Amino acid sequence: MKKIAISKLNDLFSAISKEKVLYIPADDGANQARFTPWQEGLTLTDKLNTVRSAKDLFFPQVENLVNFKNSGKAIQIIENRTEPQPFVLFGVRACDCRSFDILDRVFLSDPVDTFYKTRREQGVVITLACNRPTETCFCGVFGIDGADPQGDVTCWMDEAALYWRANTEKGEALTAALPMLTDCAEEAIDPIAAKIRSILSKLPLNDLDLTGFNRDRMMELFNSPQWEDLSQSCLGCGTCTFVCPTCQCYDVQDFDDGQQVRRFRCWDSCMFSDFTMMAHGTNRPTQKERFRQRFMHKLSYFPNNNDGIFGCVGCGRCLQKCPIHMHIVKVAKALKEDLK
Amino acid sequence: MKHDPLIPMLGVVTAIRTDTPDVKTFRVTGADGQKPFIHIPGQCAMLSIPGVGEALFSITSSPTEETYLDFSIKKCGCVTAWLHQMEVGQQITIRGPYGNGFPVDTELTGKDLLFIAGGIGLAPLHAVINYCRHYRDRYGKIDIVYGSRSKQDLVDFPEITEQWCKESGINVHLTIDNPQPDWDGHVGFVPNYVKELNFDTAKTVLMCGPPIMIKFTLAGLMELGFSREQIYTTMELRMKCALGKCGRCNIGDKYVCKDGPVFRFDQLDELPDEY
Repeated sequence: MKKIAISKLNDLFSAISKEKVLYIPADDGANQARFTPWQEGLTLTDKLNTVRSAKDLFFPQVENLVNFKNSGKAIQIIENRTEPQPFVLFGVRACDCRSFDILDRVFLSDPVDTFYKTRREQGVVITLACNRPTETCFCGVFGIDGADPQGDVTCWMDEAALYWRANTEKGEALTAALPMLTDCAEEAIDPIAAKIRSILSKLPLNDLDLTGFNRDRMMELFNSPQWEDLSQSCLGCGTCTFVCPTCQCYDVQDFDDGQQVRRFRCWDSCMFSDFTMMAHGTNRPTQKERFRQRFMHKLSYFPNNNDGIFGCVGCGRCLQKCPIHMHIVKVAKALKEDLK
Repeated sequence: MKHDPLIPMLGVVTAIRTDTPDVKTFRVTGADGQKPFIHIPGQCAMLSIPGVGEALFSITSSPTEETYLDFSIKKCGCVTAWLHQMEVGQQITIRGPYGNGFPVDTELTGKDLLFIAGGIGLAPLHAVINYCRHYRDRYGKIDIVYGSRSKQDLVDFPEITEQWCKESGINVHLTIDNPQPDWDGHVGFVPNYVKELNFDTAKTVLMCGPPIMIKFTLAGLMELGFSREQIYTTMELRMKCALGKCGRCNIGDKYVCKDGPVFRFDQLDELPDEY
């Protein structure tokens, strides 16, 4: 265990950013926190979490895959991808850190997505324990500990100091390059963790019980009469998908800039009406089917294929952002009623 | 630089055959003139025209064709409309093969096979039929029921009449929806024809066609006494990656691109009816 005085945080950030691009959660001037490349003068936000999840750094909203040049009947394939520079992502919360495990299971399974993989290899994840978890947090439901997050390095903060524990080889290597971190006793974080856990134990949504959401009940959940009511007000805006740290559906599109055709991928949402639209129609014709797909995927399909791990980390972003106040906890509770 | 599975290779269209008013068959090789990759009958490939789009197509030719891949494609959307207006020599991009394919070397060997196709649904079965013809002694009797709207809409009619129909051990049963002057064969829809033909239930069935044909033919086969474990079909949904990641073809806990496109009906019974 290492530590550094809060007054010296600037020195720490400065040292890290000499070697690698450093992203920290900072205020964007519009009362929201975002992961922002650090530069002299940029300070940590005091907000609990970033408005968009940390997945952006590994699976960006838009990225170029390849270019083409058409001339007559000939096509030239121009592989112009740039390798990502090494970077450090500081201040990732426990929920977002778990989301990387979920994204890994999608993008690193055979055949490996090399765009995602190189970013994962180049990125060092430094997590920060949540001093003030809030009422929309329910990471505990998924066995995530907001008082002791994972990552290459785990940090805790109190008024006086930032405490630092390297968890992986990547984390050790980074630590070795930061002499301003001084040794301290493991117990230094105990009071911080105890305080956090006392808040976590009182959170209203942490009692969500997902027992019974297993493979044998998949069709029962799918056929639940609850979907009709639950989906009725859904606008299909896709906000939940875009702020979700685990949503990873994507689209591939071509853009002709007049010189070359750029093939890019971008985030997409199963909540959108054209997501499964084919020349002869769509297999999910109403919002009910599209709404059901998103929640069934997180609560049933994904865990069925991934050792029971749910496709949700309890970050609470969808609870805060949905314009009709629909969210996964409400859905899961309604479905659970039916399972009895 | 790592090669990503989303990045395609170059292909060249070396021949185009007009099959019906809205179906053409495109012969594709790699830019080097060789077959782009080796596939299993029933597998698919992603074809694209940069700037127009990329879409998944089943491979129509048998893997026993050593120098090319054929794709029988119906004109029905943006990419297919573009493919239909191109000329021989056009380069395209191709990546694959994708999906599981039909179990031609395991579950199907030694079996009497009944192929049931409707319209462009012949495309994926064509690969299996010609594979079975090539390794004829590995399979029992072969029956092929193929129906379309009219005689002009039967895909690859010359190969069917001049080769399939003339081989011993292969029975071809063609049908069209409505009578027409130059047709002396059967007239009627595929599901009814299958029931009329009253096949013995020892056969293994491979079926592909429009959803409405599948629905009624399946019911007909059930009436004849077939079980769902004996009947295979191949599905198609919208796909962007074909790698089990983009999320479009997800049905229940399966991805059609990766876990399919070939499923037995008893496997489909365990999934939500969203295809």
